[in-house]
Amino acid sequence: MDGDMVNYIARRILGLIPVFFGITLISFFVIHLAPGRPTDLQTTLNPKVSYEAKLRWEKMEGLDKPIHIQYMRWLEKFIKLDFGRSYIDDRNVSEKIRERIPITLLLNILSIFFIFAIGVPLGVMSAVKRESFLDKITTVFVFFGFSVPEFWLALLLMSFFGISLGWLPISGIKSIDFEYLSLGAKILDVGRHLILPVTIAAFGSLAGISRYMRSSMIGVINQDFIRASRAKGLKESEVIYKHALKNAILPVITIIGLSVPGLIGGSVIFESIFSIPGMGRLFYEAVMARDYNTIMGVLSIGAVLTLFGNFLADIAYSYADPRIRISEK
Amino acid sequence: MMRELAKNKITLASAVFILIMLIFALFAPLIATYDPTRVDTKFILSPPSSQHIFGTDTLGRDIFSRIVYGARISLSIGFIAVGIAVLIGIFFGSIAGYYGGKIDSIIMRFVDIMLCFPTLFLILAVIAFLEPSIFNIMIVIGITNWMGVARLIRAEILTLKERDFVACARVMGASDMWIILRHLIPNAIGPVLVSATLGIGGAILIESALSFLGIGVQPPTPSWGNILMDGKSTLGVAWWLTIFPGLFILFTVLSYNLLGSALRDILEPRLKN
Repeated sequence: MDGDMVNYIARRILGLIPVFFGITLISFFVIHLAPGRPTDLQTTLNPKVSYEAKLRWEKMEGLDKPIHIQYMRWLEKFIKLDFGRSYIDDRNVSEKIRERIPITLLLNILSIFFIFAIGVPLGVMSAVKRESFLDKITTVFVFFGFSVPEFWLALLLMSFFGISLGWLPISGIKSIDFEYLSLGAKILDVGRHLILPVTIAAFGSLAGISRYMRSSMIGVINQDFIRASRAKGLKESEVIYKHALKNAILPVITIIGLSVPGLIGGSVIFESIFSIPGMGRLFYEAVMARDYNTIMGVLSIGAVLTLFGNFLADIAYSYADPRIRISEK
Repeated sequence: MMRELAKNKITLASAVFILIMLIFALFAPLIATYDPTRVDTKFILSPPSSQHIFGTDTLGRDIFSRIVYGARISLSIGFIAVGIAVLIGIFFGSIAGYYGGKIDSIIMRFVDIMLCFPTLFLILAVIAFLEPSIFNIMIVIGITNWMGVARLIRAEILTLKERDFVACARVMGASDMWIILRHLIPNAIGPVLVSATLGIGGAILIESALSFLGIGVQPPTPSWGNILMDGKSTLGVAWWLTIFPGLFILFTVLSYNLLGSALRDILEPRLKN
């Protein structure tokens, strides 16, 4: 890693700070859409609590202070990852999120891996063999990928592979007898449970990525340096995979970064359908129960994760393309 | 030539399908064979037959009639949500592009921040605090999806405002407002039209997902998403409950996407492949 790279990363991190504050401001604004006050559950809705006690409680929570002071207080707690307690079970929200995050991350990282591993070759092949049968099939697949409701596709796959054929489990991430399995069987078991959710999560973005890869690749293939490397007698496979691919893949890295919010947001849908105990499911349950503290916690953590995903994509891009880190000085 | 023709055929088919859906929506009472909310215990989960061409749901309601009425809700949410998104996007995008400088960087930073929120999380959070009425769903989808349009308009206006006709208008004493509204936006509207057409499909997908999760359009009002709600509990028992409404969502969204991409080929030929 050279000096430019370190410099670039430092500048990007500085650039993240205002965005981070913006995220907290918007989250705070969203909380204030909520009817009533966050202490209502303990005060107004509890017949045993008197009006004086209600006021005292609100004073203790700082709800009588002007709004900017409330925001500062909230921000202070936010930085300490203190989102208060859940209304559902009175547990710490940050603790609940910490339990749920690994499975959602695992699902999303697997999906991004498959999006990349399948979408890129698909795009390259349709770019190299334009107008071929494969290209046409991919085009059809891309339009379907953009148009199919994810949850509906999930229902169809569940009913076909899960119920009609009985090949794959359709809910949760492990079997009932999970505890008694050997390590290898445990991994296999989780893997089998993940096939359908990961397929669904990857499906939509897969279409998009293969399309971007295709047009990016077509753009590169028409450039002079490709003609030059053909002219000097390189093998076609070398021209495509060594020279063209390297250049064409760059914009796709950014696009993958941009698809992170869609993926994390989409986890609400597929975690609910497949009953996977991840962050999306936690969020959904919180929304149904109007559990404000949990909603706010997951919303902000989701945004921060997205920010981090974009940051990683930026770094990867600038690592692969030195022009970026030098030109933005 | 053959390819163009085939493409036109597909575009034509999409337009026809959308037209049929609009007719469904406008003339729902004439087309629907039953009252979409009528519960009929004699026909619970009956498969497609001559009486109920798409079968009935868990309460014996006619699925075809629910789909016809659902077209009203789903399409109007699609149109109005995208309308809101386009208006907000044009407003912020044109101001940022025209004035540039500080205003531009503040607005575009705001766009970046909005884009950091996982879309569905933001929508669900706002819905949780408001009531999940049809009106609120339109607004929420609108205010969480304007960022793309803002970026498009800004980029167009950045290049347009340097052109001679804008300088000319300014010399003739036109106000900023006049230049933006009469000269810049009409010339920048092409890509917005494309993205709005694609956006309608996207909004219909979001609405259907929300309603499927039970946080969107509330029963008994039928929408394409909430007809599918029963689909999960009857999985493997009543395929018609899942297949038909899903196909309608799929083909409607597909039609808008195909129409949008045809529109792009016409309006921006330089982007073609």
